[in-house]
Amino acid sequence: MGDFRYWLAENKGTLLAVAVFVIMFGIYAGNHSAGFSGMVVTTAANKGVLLALVAMAQTLVVLTAGIDLSVGMVFVLANCLASQLVVGDALETTFGVVVVLLAGVLCGALNGIIVIYGRLQPIVTTLATGAMFYGIALWLRPIPGGDVNSDLADALTEQLPGGIPTSLVVLLGIVLVVWVPLRRSEIGRAIYAIGSSEPAAYMSGVNIDRARLTAYVVSGLLSACGGLMLTFITYSGEASATIGGSYTLNSIAAVVIGGVSLFGGAGSAIGAIFGAFVLRTIGDLLFVFDFDPLWQPLFQGVILLGAVTLGSLRLLNVKNRLDLFG
Amino acid sequence: MPAFLARIDKPVLAAFGCIILLLLVGSLYSSSFLSPEYLLQQLQVASFLGLIATGMMLVVLLGQIDLSVPWVVTVGGMMSTAAAGWGPLGEALAIPFGITCGMIMGLISGFGVAYLRVPSMIFTLGMNAVAQGLMVLRTGGFAPQDHSTETMHFLATGRSILNIPNALFVWIAVGAATIFLLGRTTFGRTVYAIGNKERAAYLSGLPTQRVIMLAFMASGGLSAFAGVLLAGYSTKAYQSMGDPYLLPAVAAVVLGGTNILGGRGSYIGTIAGVILITLLQSILSVMQIYEAGRQLIYGAVIISMLLVYGRQKKAS
Repeated sequence: MGDFRYWLAENKGTLLAVAVFVIMFGIYAGNHSAGFSGMVVTTAANKGVLLALVAMAQTLVVLTAGIDLSVGMVFVLANCLASQLVVGDALETTFGVVVVLLAGVLCGALNGIIVIYGRLQPIVTTLATGAMFYGIALWLRPIPGGDVNSDLADALTEQLPGGIPTSLVVLLGIVLVVWVPLRRSEIGRAIYAIGSSEPAAYMSGVNIDRARLTAYVVSGLLSACGGLMLTFITYSGEASATIGGSYTLNSIAAVVIGGVSLFGGAGSAIGAIFGAFVLRTIGDLLFVFDFDPLWQPLFQGVILLGAVTLGSLRLLNVKNRLDLFG
Repeated sequence: MPAFLARIDKPVLAAFGCIILLLLVGSLYSSSFLSPEYLLQQLQVASFLGLIATGMMLVVLLGQIDLSVPWVVTVGGMMSTAAAGWGPLGEALAIPFGITCGMIMGLISGFGVAYLRVPSMIFTLGMNAVAQGLMVLRTGGFAPQDHSTETMHFLATGRSILNIPNALFVWIAVGAATIFLLGRTTFGRTVYAIGNKERAAYLSGLPTQRVIMLAFMASGGLSAFAGVLLAGYSTKAYQSMGDPYLLPAVAAVVLGGTNILGGRGSYIGTIAGVILITLLQSILSVMQIYEAGRQLIYGAVIISMLLVYGRQKKAS
């Protein structure tokens, strides 16, 4: 029983995000005019998966008590690169996918190297590298357009015979191949340790640099996966600072809603995924209930503020006022 | 080394060194780079960024950050031009009204950060989204009045004394007030104290939460003020007019030697940072490099300058 209570305490945030999502999606599906059809679910899943991938990328960096303001730009960069390379026959397409993922890894590695060996703050570093990534994306695709291997794109963004959206399966695959092994590895534990207390981790002989670099590299890889999926969904690439900025913003919001601590060391990518789904469902709910589209941005902003303010309920439990000032 | 030089931080000296270097590089490219007319024009453009960076610096000194700059700037521009549409009284009050709206935004951010203890990074991002929502609501569906008043235009583009741009006078006034505020008032010293260790400042009996809230309010007001001037500069307010100012503002503050973790930094450094960023942007556009290359070089230059002199002390 003791184990269970410990597990519950650690996964409280994740479970809360899952619960909120299930309730919201239930309301959404129940009230959709077209009913709970396969198309509705597939469209919703595709939108959710994009943000979920970027939110996972953000989670890794946030777990180390950092922040990555360039995830959205890596996402856009991968989108532009994929719209150039992921075309042609099977061999060329495979090559394109590998190059896109490699580009994401390189972006993440650049962030990591500057933060770790250059000893600059993550927030400033990623703000500046974000500008660089956007520059490269713009160079690759000055005007929106491009193409993508449509067989592959359709295979990954439509639905399986049972009506299950393929993109959800892709997301599950990425979680199983990237997140679960990482979480269970020594490096994964080190990432949590750094976020909890870097000096303590250092004193315990944790290889801090290696763990932190891994977090940034995997973050870049996941953002690139997101950009790749975006290309499969839109069949084109666009170097848009607006898209990049909004994905960065929403990834941070998703991470917070998903119960990941911005101070590092607590939370999981699973929570962030459901945080992303919750955010996307809010938009869909507004649509279903015929909310005036003009009010949507304001409503989303207010919900975001409300969600992050919920965290301050803990202030009611603070016994020593000094604990307020970390 | 003369005493007054020794007192200035190394990063500030480095920033001024970089400014001279940029001017030299620019003058190799075009001789008009060193002409007073060009330099005054750069200072005029720098004034807008200068106001935003001043607010950003106050917040960064606390160890926080204000990511709501883009849309609070837009709020300033749009609300002042909105007021200008309400007859003569509205026209007279356009500038204070725009700034007040920004201050209210900042006040809410400050309340969230100081009293609700939400990390500033996420709370100001949320405020940014709210400000965006409000402005979309205002402009969407119909075309509101968005032309700036004569006074705004005069403040932003006019030149009254000795051919010096009025915008520069505004920045000088705000800058002088900030130097006084940071160095000579309890408020300013409290800002530094909080940035170093909020617990210690609180135990010393300082009203840390109130100071944090006021600093965010000042940052919101200054961003909105810059928005007012920008609206005057381009004669109208438009959506996303504040977007290009977030990264430059943070970069200017950090390049000017202010510690991003708070507690250390001088206003002279921020001035240097603002001029540095403005010159860099100007040179990149004079060289007629495409937007793509500009972004790339811009980011790379900021990173390399920071690597040269903005590094943290080795931890643990």
